[in-house]
Amino acid sequence: MTTIVTLFSAVAICAGIIFFLAGTVGLLRFPDSLTRLHALTKADNLGLGLIILGLLPLSGSFSTALKLVLIWALVQLAGATAAQLIARLARPSGRGK
Amino acid sequence: MVDTLTVSAVIVLAIVAVGLVRVLRGPSRIDRMMAVQLLGSGGVAVLVLLAVGSGTEALVDAALTLALLAAFASIALATTLVQKADLAAKADRAPGKPES
Amino acid sequence: MLDLALDLLITALVIGVALWTIRTRDDFAAIVGFVAYGLLLTLAWARLAAYDVALTEAAIGGGVTGVILLRASVRLKPVTTARTPIGVRVLVGLLCAVISAGLAAVVLLPVSPPPSLAADVRSHLASTGLGNPIAGVLMAYRALDTFLETVVVLLALFGAWSLTPDRAWGGRPGAPIPTASFGPLPLFGRLLIPIGVVIGIYIVWVGADAPGGKFQGATILAAMWILAMMAGLTEAPPIGRWRLRLLLAAGPIVFVAVGVAGIPLAGSFLAYPEALAKPLILLIEVALTLSIAATLGLLVAGPPETAPGTEL
Repeated sequence: MTTIVTLFSAVAICAGIIFFLAGTVGLLRFPDSLTRLHALTKADNLGLGLIILGLLPLSGSFSTALKLVLIWALVQLAGATAAQLIARLARPSGRGK
Repeated sequence: MVDTLTVSAVIVLAIVAVGLVRVLRGPSRIDRMMAVQLLGSGGVAVLVLLAVGSGTEALVDAALTLALLAAFASIALATTLVQKADLAAKADRAPGKPES
Repeated sequence: MLDLALDLLITALVIGVALWTIRTRDDFAAIVGFVAYGLLLTLAWARLAAYDVALTEAAIGGGVTGVILLRASVRLKPVTTARTPIGVRVLVGLLCAVISAGLAAVVLLPVSPPPSLAADVRSHLASTGLGNPIAGVLMAYRALDTFLETVVVLLALFGAWSLTPDRAWGGRPGAPIPTASFGPLPLFGRLLIPIGVVIGIYIVWVGADAPGGKFQGATILAAMWILAMMAGLTEAPPIGRWRLRLLLAAGPIVFVAVGVAGIPLAGSFLAYPEALAKPLILLIEVALTLSIAATLGLLVAGPPETAPGTEL
């Protein structure tokens, strides 16, 4: 049982790291701001989400696990809002240039 | 397991640190904002990895605080850019006139 | 080995981002660099096991300093700075190097054994009713420092207010924020602020027994207020209101009142009678939390710009 849980954590955390890597590569390599934003949101949502999913079985107590889920939810909310604001600025008529 | 989590923290930090090149290079202001947004989520990930790895509840609280305020920099930057653009537009419309 | 790799990486990043932030010429880019620097410092404090400081840096760096700097940059007129003569730059560099070397010497060449009162603090902590030794030091053994720090924050606000033009005195702080183009912000504010208030109160409460406390919690509460202002959900109150001023002064007043009461009751200024230590510390913490949150929020809002009585 513990082996399965450990394996699950390891796979989830590795997958999360891959999404962070993909987000960074996209941020550096994609040609314009809107496509880079697309890459960034994947790291925000799935990268952190998968890492937290992997940490849940290791967190030791219910309250810590609850806090971890809350952390992910807050970063989701923040990421979605920031992405909206950045996209509005990045439009051709936007004011972020 | 503790070591594995620390290794993961090092890798995540190294990855988002590479992303910081976007802060350096820009070219536009929104590109810099995006790199900081990525560093913010990466920082939260590093803190939760270290927190669970070392069993330190206080680090979970620090990560919670960072997560709560994760959008603040972007919001402040965006409102500032719009405010600046509005001020510039106002100045363009009324050249040389003092603000009433 | 592994821990060393993490520490070296954080150190290199902190120094690299700091250098870039100093060197860059664009004010906006420098502020972005400073925000990134704050995030990295949070990690550095966490690695040093200074969890109270890590929490403070997360709250202040994430919620307040970036916003203050950005608002300041809007108010500043674009200036073309003439390059400083080379002699002056070399002199400044030399002085900075001397200061850094002095600090490094203090850190790297400690007297052995280093003088410390930590053991004394731990053995007497129970008498304060607190579980967090840092809260014990701040509220009991070094209460005077803590008191003066809260007054300093208030003085900083007076400094900002003193920049008010005469016609706006008593009016609302801050320039009006254009809300038309901020689609998701009001919704984000409505969702986040209740959660943030709960987290802020939690951080204050947990501060008695674990890292956290009034300053960190108050900063989170202030950040939520600032968010409400940035999202256009509320306006900063006119600074002439007496209820607002009472709120700002409540923390220091309660602190002084308890401190003076300590002279007849416990033998010296800012001493607590042992049976009442915990409730009194709690009373001071609650009052200070409200005052610090209000002060930081108004500090970010800046000096009044609209005359009292004029609504937009």
